[in-house]
Amino acid sequence: MKDVEMKMLERAKALLGSGEVARVIGWKKGEFYFDPVPASFESVEELSDFVYNGFCGANLSKYLIQMSKKEGKTAIFLKPCDSYSFNQLVKEHRIVRENIHVIAIECQGKLDIEKIKAQGVSAVTEVEEDGDTVKVSSLYGETTLNKEDILLVKCATCKSKTHQAKDEEIVLHEMPESKNNRFDEVEKLEAMTETERFAFWKLQLQKCIRCNACRNVCPACSCIKCVFDNPASGIAAKANDSEFEEKLFHIIRAFHVAGRCTDCGECSRVCPQNIPLHLLNRKFIKDIDGLYGEYQAGETAEGKTPLTSYTEGDKEPNDVVDGEAK
Amino acid sequence: MQEVTTEKKEFVPNIVAFCCNWCSYAGADLAGSSRLSYPANVKIIRVPCSCRVNPSFILKAYQQGADGVILCGCHPGDCHYVTGNYYARRRMSLLFSFLNYMGIEKERTRVEWVSAAEGQRFSAVMNDFVKTVTALGENRKLTDLRVKEGE
Ligand code: SF4
Ligand code: SF4
Ligand code: SF4
Repeated sequence: MKDVEMKMLERAKALLGSGEVARVIGWKKGEFYFDPVPASFESVEELSDFVYNGFCGANLSKYLIQMSKKEGKTAIFLKPCDSYSFNQLVKEHRIVRENIHVIAIECQGKLDIEKIKAQGVSAVTEVEEDGDTVKVSSLYGETTLNKEDILLVKCATCKSKTHQAKDEEIVLHEMPESKNNRFDEVEKLEAMTETERFAFWKLQLQKCIRCNACRNVCPACSCIKCVFDNPASGIAAKANDSEFEEKLFHIIRAFHVAGRCTDCGECSRVCPQNIPLHLLNRKFIKDIDGLYGEYQAGETAEGKTPLTSYTEGDKEPNDVVDGEAK
Repeated sequence: MQEVTTEKKEFVPNIVAFCCNWCSYAGADLAGSSRLSYPANVKIIRVPCSCRVNPSFILKAYQQGADGVILCGCHPGDCHYVTGNYYARRRMSLLFSFLNYMGIEKERTRVEWVSAAEGQRFSAVMNDFVKTVTALGENRKLTDLRVKEGE
């Protein structure tokens, strides 16, 4: 990963130095090794803080909504999953493609600091990835962990390691595809009884503190006026005070991104309450695949979308359960 | 000790019916003028087209005390705006499956196509839906306790 970081830094310096781009969107060092933060670098000097490591899980594409409208070109580093969000944003006319220079970068799966902590390792100072294992250094010594056990949920079930958009590429090693099926967990829920499912979601959703992080981070949630900011919605940006509101927020949020959600995994990653929001989004993706044909949002920046098209022979809502007519 | 009597009142569900202006609302009108009966607990909300109904309308109806919600529009192919009901059909298919996924009874929410000439069908659809929802009982899973009376 170090060599990839070096190469990225080199390119960022060249692009900024030559004036080819006015800014580079990447990650800069945070308080700790494990919390790099998204940043816009506007000069070679600012790049002294530049970083790319196993904790750069954040999807940078949403920043382009503002950045691509600024004066001058914007270069951005996109991992394979981020490139889907990028295409989706282009498709929805939220970003200005001509003003952007996409650098497709290598990703070997990003790590979840909470999972590392759960393995009893705290105060992480550095990690070194080596195939299926990760050497974690902390203030208290060194441990070797199984990579599979400490990946972010989105990375454990990564849908593809192929960039869907790029102007140039920094990929120095092979990127193996994930062997896991991202719909396994959804299927488990579908197989439960109605009562069990209700109990499952009740338990999960009552943890929600309505911090709105899942909405704010989501590249598909880019409405200028969000329904949840409307004071008349009865659920405007405030803590849920009834079980109904918990469900209303989550059903509507997931529905609004149905057919547009690229399954980038950001919502689940940022949720401070560890609510498995991906299981809501993936349900819609799975049902859409089953009812209207396989569709992956963000695969291209053009074309029809499942909820803005129809066929005369579509199934009737009363008959549909889990993506099939019963 | 005082004896507690739990006198059970017969359950009469609150039904909200979203009806499109051009077909189903006119169908309801025809049912009325033909003196066909449909239950008085069906409250009709007129909408310009079935695709005007977004999922939050349905959830809001439940919040405000509905026990069942039905969406009626023109038959596929007959939409006044040509394609509105086709879009509504996809949205509702996804929504219904999703509600079921969250453990909420699927039968509480329904879509039926009723034309302006189908007064008879309107009345039959409503009677049948009321029967289904009565059998399901009160909506407890998508309800807001603050809105319910006597709880
Ligand atoms: S990020 Fe989590 S806690 Fe915050 S609003 Fe979303 S689901 Fe709720
Ligand atoms: S809903 Fe979640 S997974 Fe889908 S695009 Fe938004 S942040 Fe990404
Ligand atoms: S929750 Fe809905 S209205 Fe709000 S930003 Fe997301 S898609 Fe837009």
